[in-house]
Amino acid sequence: MAGQKRRALPGFGLSLGYSLFYLSVLVLIPLAGCFIKASNLSWEQFWHAVSDPVAVAAYQLSFSTSIIAALLNSFTGLIVAWVLVRYDFPGKKLLDALIDLPLALPTAVAGITFANLYGSEGWFGQHLMFLDPDGFVGHWFSEDGWFGSTLFTLDTRARGGPLAIVVVLMFVGIPFVIRSVQPVLAEFEIAQEEAAVSLGASRWQTFRYVILPALLPAWLTGLALAYARGLGEYGSVIFVADGIPGKTLIPPVLIIAKLEEFDHARGAFKYEEAAAIASVVLTMSFITLVLINLLERWSKKFEPSEA
Amino acid sequence: MTSLRFIINTSLMLALASIVGCFGGSKRGSDDGVIEIVNASYDPTRELYQEINAAFIDDYQQKHGKTVKVTQSHGGSGSQARSVIDGLEADVVTLALAGDINAIAKKQLIAADWEKRLPDNSAPYTSTIVFVVRDGNPKAIKDWDDLAKPGVKVITPNPKISGGARWNFLAAWGYVTLHKKGSDAEAQDLVGRIYRNVVKLDTGARGSAQTFIKNKLGDVFISWENEAILAQREVPDQKLAIIYPSASILAEPAVAVVAQNVDERGTRAVAEAYLQFLYTDAAQDIIGKNTYRPRNATYQKKYAATLPTIPLFTIREVAGGWAEAQQRFFSDGGVFDRIFSLKK
Repeated sequence: MAGQKRRALPGFGLSLGYSLFYLSVLVLIPLAGCFIKASNLSWEQFWHAVSDPVAVAAYQLSFSTSIIAALLNSFTGLIVAWVLVRYDFPGKKLLDALIDLPLALPTAVAGITFANLYGSEGWFGQHLMFLDPDGFVGHWFSEDGWFGSTLFTLDTRARGGPLAIVVVLMFVGIPFVIRSVQPVLAEFEIAQEEAAVSLGASRWQTFRYVILPALLPAWLTGLALAYARGLGEYGSVIFVADGIPGKTLIPPVLIIAKLEEFDHARGAFKYEEAAAIASVVLTMSFITLVLINLLERWSKKFEPSEA
Repeated sequence: MTSLRFIINTSLMLALASIVGCFGGSKRGSDDGVIEIVNASYDPTRELYQEINAAFIDDYQQKHGKTVKVTQSHGGSGSQARSVIDGLEADVVTLALAGDINAIAKKQLIAADWEKRLPDNSAPYTSTIVFVVRDGNPKAIKDWDDLAKPGVKVITPNPKISGGARWNFLAAWGYVTLHKKGSDAEAQDLVGRIYRNVVKLDTGARGSAQTFIKNKLGDVFISWENEAILAQREVPDQKLAIIYPSASILAEPAVAVVAQNVDERGTRAVAEAYLQFLYTDAAQDIIGKNTYRPRNATYQKKYAATLPTIPLFTIREVAGGWAEAQQRFFSDGGVFDRIFSLKK
């Protein structure tokens, strides 16, 4: 593409100007507004709002569950994309269409459904009681159990805790991984694999040295998108998580709590404190996304050359 | 990538349709002689205002010969107040607590003396906070103390988010300080233990009802009386029981005309008539039928079987007023925050 003179869209200047205008109106200015609102606070007030133990626990919960969900999705998503690209089977078209459903479905609906399924009387939940603190696996990870008392405690419940959040975040994130790697897999020439096999490469070697390098950038993009989606998720999480401050409360709920808090002394809602927490989440997500981007660029070095 | 294109096309079309819908809908006024007013209310009042609006429209048509249309907007009480401040063109607000209306009044959108403009502190109906328990009351819950017992799983919304949930919190507090004449330390202890027994803090009253009824989580659901009765009727097969504590709070959801909006839009007469209508016999009857507590003694008697008399204290007795309650209990670092920071 690089050497092409005529482009489909007119003028670099015009299209860049248009892009910048659009991005400014839709993304940059609203996001900057968040920081400007937060900057009305003094440093002390800002630090007080963002370093509250409940807020810190909320960031940790949100980032860890999003990362875990995105990593798990990156593996299952790859397998699903592989199956959809490489094999023909009845119902394939339908399955392919279903993958976009989590994008269209209001996530609150997903949240209610998951909360029902994994509740103590739900289809899945009733068989997962061993994960509860009084079940055998849950007990092991609780304060009184061996693992919990010697290493660290873990909330393994099927409903209400971090595990349940990971499950809904996997639901909302899966289309991003599949849709990112699918086109790359579809374009990938089977001849390259055949060449590798005929040169004596094992299955693992074929995957590791032939398929993976071509796939990695798209795969990482999918991972980043799924992760970012998880961080922003609100609707489904409030239904599956218990929302106990310091334990199972996610930052968006905390932000809403600030917005609902009318400060009678000042005669205003606490927009600034809400913006402060939001700006921390924004900054941290931005840093992680930049890191993933760098990783993606680094991985492109390993892409096999076209010749 | 036909599927992606399909998604983009469909979403563009939907976006376009919704834009057209929004602009089309925002056209107000009286081309066809219909006067439209908007009532911004809180979550559980959907059914109540549906019925009241129908009655009001008939009544207004008969008395003034004009056709009125009442549009409802529902949401958490606090976020409705914020929406009105941020520009939601509501003609009247009918919110869960006076504190939220005070917030709008602070922004000069509502007259400062709004509480005095209508009878009974501008609260045309009341309600209270009760317990909903499972079939046969297996945890033997009778009063507020029982909610604090170890192993009792409590469901209630987060009072920092839900206006209604603040009534729940203050009811438990007032039970100790007013009904049992206990000290603040004792109240802090009991309320702390109750909230540490909460297994799910939802963001609103309807969310908590969902959790308790649909997900069958928890042993007891602290609820508005009207929501409790509604829940019981909604799922008769679950045989939920309502338990009245020995004392609770008199919840006074309040109403006011949004002066700035009605003056701008010329709807003041209708908006004022609408709120006055809430005090009429017809409306008080509908209020009782929808399991809110009427102010009118005749209708209190009529619905006494479903709405039994128990000792009720007011927010003014518990905390002095909403500003004080907000500051002391629900602000950053307030009593509610401290309950959870003590928790390891």
